[in-house]
Amino acid sequence: MSSWVADGWLADGWLAGAAVSSDFFRDRSGGGCIQENKLFCPDWAINNLDRYSDPTLQHLVLVVSAVAAGFVIAFSLAVLAHRHRFLSSPFLAATGVLYTIPSISFFFLLLPITGRGAVTAIIALTAFTLQIIFRNMTTGLRNVPPEVTEAARGVGLTATQVLWKVEIPLAMPEIIAGLRIATVSTVALATLAVFANGGGLGAEIVTGSNITFKTGIIIAGSIAILMAIVFDALLLLTGRLLAPWKRVAL
Amino acid sequence: MGLPLGALGLFGEAFQFVFQGREAATGGVTVGGLDQVLELAAKQLEVTLLALLVSLVLALPVGVLLGHYGKGEFVAVSAGNAGRAIPELALIALMAAAVGVGLFNLVVALAILGIPPILTNAFVGIRQVDQVSVEAARGMGMTDREIITKVELPLAVPTIMGGVRTSAINIIATATIAPLAGILTLGDFIISRNVYGDAGVLAGAILVALMALALELTLAGIQWKLTSPGLKIQRT
Amino acid sequence: MSAGPPAQTAQDDDPGDRPSGNQSTATPVKYEEVSKRYPGTDSDAVHELSLEVPAGEICVLVGPSGCGKTTAMRMVNRTVEMTSGDILIGDRSVRQGDAAELRREIGYVIQQIGLFPHRTIAENIGTVPGLLGWSRAEIEQRVEALLKLIDLNPEFGDRYPSQLSGGQQQRVGVARALAVDPPVMLMDEPFGAIDPINRSRLQNEFLRLQAELRKTVLFVTHDVDEAIKMGDRIAILRKGGEVAQFATPTELLMEPADDFVEDFVGADRALKRLALMRVSDASLWKAQICRAGDPTGPVRTDLASAEVPHALLVDAESKPVGWLSERDLAAEQVPARPDSPADPLIDADSILRDGLATLLQSGSRYAPVVDGRGHLTGILSVEIISEFLSSGEATESDLAAVERPHE
Ligand SMILES: Nc1ncnc2c1ncn2[C@@H]1O[C@H](COP(=O)(O)OP(=O)(O)O)[C@@H](O)[C@H]1O
Ligand SMILES: [Mg+2]
Repeated sequence: MSSWVADGWLADGWLAGAAVSSDFFRDRSGGGCIQENKLFCPDWAINNLDRYSDPTLQHLVLVVSAVAAGFVIAFSLAVLAHRHRFLSSPFLAATGVLYTIPSISFFFLLLPITGRGAVTAIIALTAFTLQIIFRNMTTGLRNVPPEVTEAARGVGLTATQVLWKVEIPLAMPEIIAGLRIATVSTVALATLAVFANGGGLGAEIVTGSNITFKTGIIIAGSIAILMAIVFDALLLLTGRLLAPWKRVAL
Repeated sequence: MGLPLGALGLFGEAFQFVFQGREAATGGVTVGGLDQVLELAAKQLEVTLLALLVSLVLALPVGVLLGHYGKGEFVAVSAGNAGRAIPELALIALMAAAVGVGLFNLVVALAILGIPPILTNAFVGIRQVDQVSVEAARGMGMTDREIITKVELPLAVPTIMGGVRTSAINIIATATIAPLAGILTLGDFIISRNVYGDAGVLAGAILVALMALALELTLAGIQWKLTSPGLKIQRT
Repeated sequence: MSAGPPAQTAQDDDPGDRPSGNQSTATPVKYEEVSKRYPGTDSDAVHELSLEVPAGEICVLVGPSGCGKTTAMRMVNRTVEMTSGDILIGDRSVRQGDAAELRREIGYVIQQIGLFPHRTIAENIGTVPGLLGWSRAEIEQRVEALLKLIDLNPEFGDRYPSQLSGGQQQRVGVARALAVDPPVMLMDEPFGAIDPINRSRLQNEFLRLQAELRKTVLFVTHDVDEAIKMGDRIAILRKGGEVAQFATPTELLMEPADDFVEDFVGADRALKRLALMRVSDASLWKAQICRAGDPTGPVRTDLASAEVPHALLVDAESKPVGWLSERDLAAEQVPARPDSPADPLIDADSILRDGLATLLQSGSRYAPVVDGRGHLTGILSVEIISEFLSSGEATESDLAAVERPHE
């Protein structure tokens, strides 16, 4: 795995590569269905599922790394902005710019600095998640009733203790909500990582210069959607565990 | 450390690519240059605005009406969640492969991405309007139509525009891969690296980023204009 | 004891006139066996309610929470549709015609006020005229007149609701309801969300307005004191929107129809009579007044035989400045700045109950009473009030004469 992270596992200039050769499918041919490129060829799908395991794994790594990094950064920013209110607007503006720049554009803005590869893709996806997580968390912190923090301070908790023992736990539903939005969006966006030689399920959608293999598109797309749903459900569950007093909204 | 210099060099080349054009990576012809840049930028803007318009026309009335009558909450809210999960690349690719390339199909695909945030936010925005205002409006003799246009919509502007902005960002980002569906936008510089070279790729990336930021700023400005001063005062 | 309309003075300049000049005349409202059952409930929220509100009167619907007051009131403008029965405004059934059109002809004030936060005060007040298609100039003129009517500086017209205090917002709410000079007004706990001091001021202001405008008003409250103060007639409702007693405030206090009413009105019925009389109607004490620079000798002599043990310093416009202490009077001339200030001041238009409350709150036995312009009209004391309560002055026949402070 380390090799693709470092170099990109696709040949540089993937688009320049030859069109999918006709013997590409020969081993496990879906027969006429594949030759006619029907919308979906179940036989081929069943016989070729294993070819999706690596891209799926890569996709997972992209998403988890990006969201984890995004969470750590946005969390820190939100804590800072909570302490020093004047930082809130500049942080919001900065993360807003990063959110607005399309990921596919971001990949190549990084080109002169980090080149191509998974790292580039992860950086761009991380940048995308910041605003979503930051905004939700600041909302959550701001919605903590003042009388609660007042009471916490009254019983002798320091500002840091109030933050970690009262405010952040109470903001957990909003924090989780932000994480869910960021994660689901990132799973979808990570398909674009293929353009930065970042791998992932996108590589099974745009195979070589061939984007007309419908069955492949559908399978890869479905895996991505499934992954999004699973992540969403897991986070929902986490939210229930972390904030059992408050049902996290579906 | 050669990287910063090399990086600067590539930026310089991208700059040259935009304003003068460079020899194609495949050799021979000159690619890039202001004319082509403007042409592709115009196309990207056209496709984006068209898809945004379609999304607005389809999603806004539905979201507003559902919100006004308090019906279909599940559909309206799920749409937003589901919309986020659609992989843009798979959608465009499938549209191109299964339905066909061309402007119409592209706009349809982009609108599919643009509709959910507008629908959800329109619903939520209208729903969140203080029911006291609505009750007062009804008691004063406003018809449903008047309640929607004179009370609910103005009060829901921030939320609705939030949806429109998310939608616009999704659309313009995805319009970058429109060349896959046969419509050449600025994304062509990025995708067809074999033609434009790294200078073209970087130029494309910069142009797309600037364009997205400009669109976002414009929409933020429109939101500011549309929001009643009475609401801005309240927020501070 | 005379009980003329408190605010006679503004008659020549009637700002209640809409630009077209035709002031609507009040219309009676009549409930005919009106029932309402909400879907999914197994009893009527309002059951066969019959009630007649004479034109130009304030009828208060009062009763415990959930007894159906709001429901009863909202069936008039059909924001709640009745299940059976009928409501007539004049001789026209509210069931006839379009609900939205009906509502435009009925003023509506709710507890939460419901000003539109995105519209300026002027735009808020001009809402219904706008719906009715008045011209811009007509609306502007009308808004100006109404701002004047509710005593709000015209520059407030360009502000937004969030820039106004709660009391100011509620006054705008009333102005908005009056915008097209509707013959009938519905007010659902209009002052319920206002602090007690401002509530009493708003109540007085509204009574002053009503003396001028003479709307037919349906007024909902759960506060029996407010009901006694505001109502020409009071309908006490019990659960299910049934009328326990429909009577004038005096009748209600003198002869509660049954235990429920007696309980609801409360054990302090006698004290509640204080709500039936205005401070200006009581026999106030005469103050020993003097002005800065007067020689102190005569003041000291007169004081010996006065009802009030201290002299009151007033300015050139006879506005109270302060009470003179013995030290103040020890000088040759009356000083310009006396030792103790004149407050609290009591509004001559307020009811006796509020006057007493002011006295008790400040811990004073007596206080100067001033009219709308701040001019001294007399001194109210705890003795005056206790005499009023014990002297039998508050007996039925007498009260009948002072029945309505605003009639
Ligand atoms: N929309 C509604 N649906 C069902 N029941 C209602 C509705 N509105 C009011 N009620 C019920 O009708 C009764 C009277 O309510 P309401 O008129 O609001 O009382 P009040 O104004 O006297 O407090 C209450 O029991 C209340 O629960
Ligand atoms: Mg009520």
